[in-house]
Amino acid sequence: MKPVSGIYRVALKLLMNDKSKFTALLVGITFAVFLMVMMMSMFSGILARSCAPVYNIGAKIWVMDPAVNNTNSSIPMPDYILSASRSIPGVKYAVPLYFGSALIKLKDGTYQAATVVGLDDATLFGRPEMLEGRIEDVFAENAFVVVKDAEYAKLESPKIGTEFEINDNRGTVVGIAKVASSGLFGIPTLYTTYNRAITYIPSARFTTSYVLIEPKSEADVPGIQKAIAKLGYEALTRDQFVKKVANFYTFKTGVGMNIMLMTAISFVVGLSISGQTFYTFILENIGKFGAMKAIGAKGNELISMILVQAVVTSLIGYGFGVGAASTFMIIAKWRVPGYAAQLTYQTLGLALVMVMIIAAVSSYIGVRKVLQIQPFDIFRG
Amino acid sequence: MGGSVIIKASNLVKWFGEGEARTVAVKQVSFEVQYGEILYIVGPSGSGKTTLLSMISGILRPNEGSVVVEDQDIWKMNDDELADLRLNKIGFVFQDYHLFPRLTTVENVAIPLILKKMEWNAAMKLARDYLDIVGLKDRADLQPVKLSGGEQQRVAIARAIAGQPDILIFDEPTASLDGDTGRKIVEFVKTNILNEKRAIIIVTHDSRIYEYADRIMKMEDGKIVGYESGYENSQQHEK
Repeated sequence: MKPVSGIYRVALKLLMNDKSKFTALLVGITFAVFLMVMMMSMFSGILARSCAPVYNIGAKIWVMDPAVNNTNSSIPMPDYILSASRSIPGVKYAVPLYFGSALIKLKDGTYQAATVVGLDDATLFGRPEMLEGRIEDVFAENAFVVVKDAEYAKLESPKIGTEFEINDNRGTVVGIAKVASSGLFGIPTLYTTYNRAITYIPSARFTTSYVLIEPKSEADVPGIQKAIAKLGYEALTRDQFVKKVANFYTFKTGVGMNIMLMTAISFVVGLSISGQTFYTFILENIGKFGAMKAIGAKGNELISMILVQAVVTSLIGYGFGVGAASTFMIIAKWRVPGYAAQLTYQTLGLALVMVMIIAAVSSYIGVRKVLQIQPFDIFRG
Repeated sequence: MGGSVIIKASNLVKWFGEGEARTVAVKQVSFEVQYGEILYIVGPSGSGKTTLLSMISGILRPNEGSVVVEDQDIWKMNDDELADLRLNKIGFVFQDYHLFPRLTTVENVAIPLILKKMEWNAAMKLARDYLDIVGLKDRADLQPVKLSGGEQQRVAIARAIAGQPDILIFDEPTASLDGDTGRKIVEFVKTNILNEKRAIIIVTHDSRIYEYADRIMKMEDGKIVGYESGYENSQQHEK
């Protein structure tokens, strides 16, 4: 004896054997999930890319001008901020970081913009993982380490020893490195020393983009933040900086709002198709559900039948939608190496919640209709 | 059990609407149904047949009166108890059959068994046995739309008897059938489905099948206006 399992089987047969409606439901939900997952993955990818330097450098505390709202728009700080940071109780060490951009003249005479990261000469704190060459070679004359990411080919895929022109200075590739995440704007990245960076790249009176601080312990972080704030600057932990950048892209650039809008539209499209098709299915079978009531089906059994129909269809549609989105992203990344979309557990979870809302609303419409039908109506025809 | 009472309806009253719009469909109706009996309820449209049928089968709550089925006052039950009563004691054959078109014939017949929480394979096996009783075992895996009207009627009968009910209720069983098929169906029911532990109630307009009734209860304007035996009525009909 398996209580109610037979009822569920009947429910699924009723729906799945109605191939046209079942297909319409699946297409609707799959399409909605596909769009929702794509939109959220693109957004997630954009956010991850926008915070790439924060992850790649890996510092625990970033000191910056309070007006900085994303990694690329650093506002240079005077040198005394570095000295002051080093004197704050609880600071294990503090190093400067240069973060800027330069034009690289390629062999064919064209120019390519590149991000230049200047690491502290003494420690090379925030160094990338080397694929070829040694990081120490960055101290050599004109030395740069090039990051081999999706944008690497834009520098004509340089090898160790390749020379290039950077702001009318000679540069030499001494190593090839990799980083955890590529940047948002689709330009290559070069690492060099802090001093070379500020020498080769024109800058204003102040040169320090960020001061990176390693606290002695986690407990020291609030004190360090207060001390930096007294200097008129802002010290953010890695997570706080990531959140600040994410908020900037989400709420101040239109990217987040537009993607949220597209996600909401996808949700409404899915809900409309699913709700309408499910309602039609229920209407077509309403007499049969009434007959089942007359035969002896209880209200909760009919509700569970409709819920099973809605949930199973939604889960299948969810699977197809996620599969389609994943396939699309794989193909897109294969064809466009810098394609910024990433499928996260949060995206999958959020899409699942949305699809369950679609299932709940669709089934609610059906449940209301089925509970309204009275067996007496069946006799009356 | 033949001869003892299976259904006792007392002073049933049912109205619809309120105030000036109130229509009294059934007016102080009392009657009994015996085990082993086929009772026809006949009368013109609007005479209250369907309303009465619904009240004695636990589908429509009367405004006044009581219905006792096998010593249980059914209108003292809650909705779930009524559903259980219908599932276990009453089988319905609807005028339009109400078979699920997307299920096979055998799956349709098995629905009462599945509602009784019987395991799927056992329910299908038993449903095939009931299809065998109505002579449709070879149609078990077809969908109802591929069957003739008479065959669909027999599937509906198989579904009604699958729950082994004590009371079978037929609503206009011959309305969608030609005369010959209709008579064969009712004859089949009387010969093969009726037994001394079961009563059958048929609401019909079709005088061609009156000969199969044990009693015919005539209704007009919400009241019982008389009884006849099926034999007497068929004789009158022939004259």
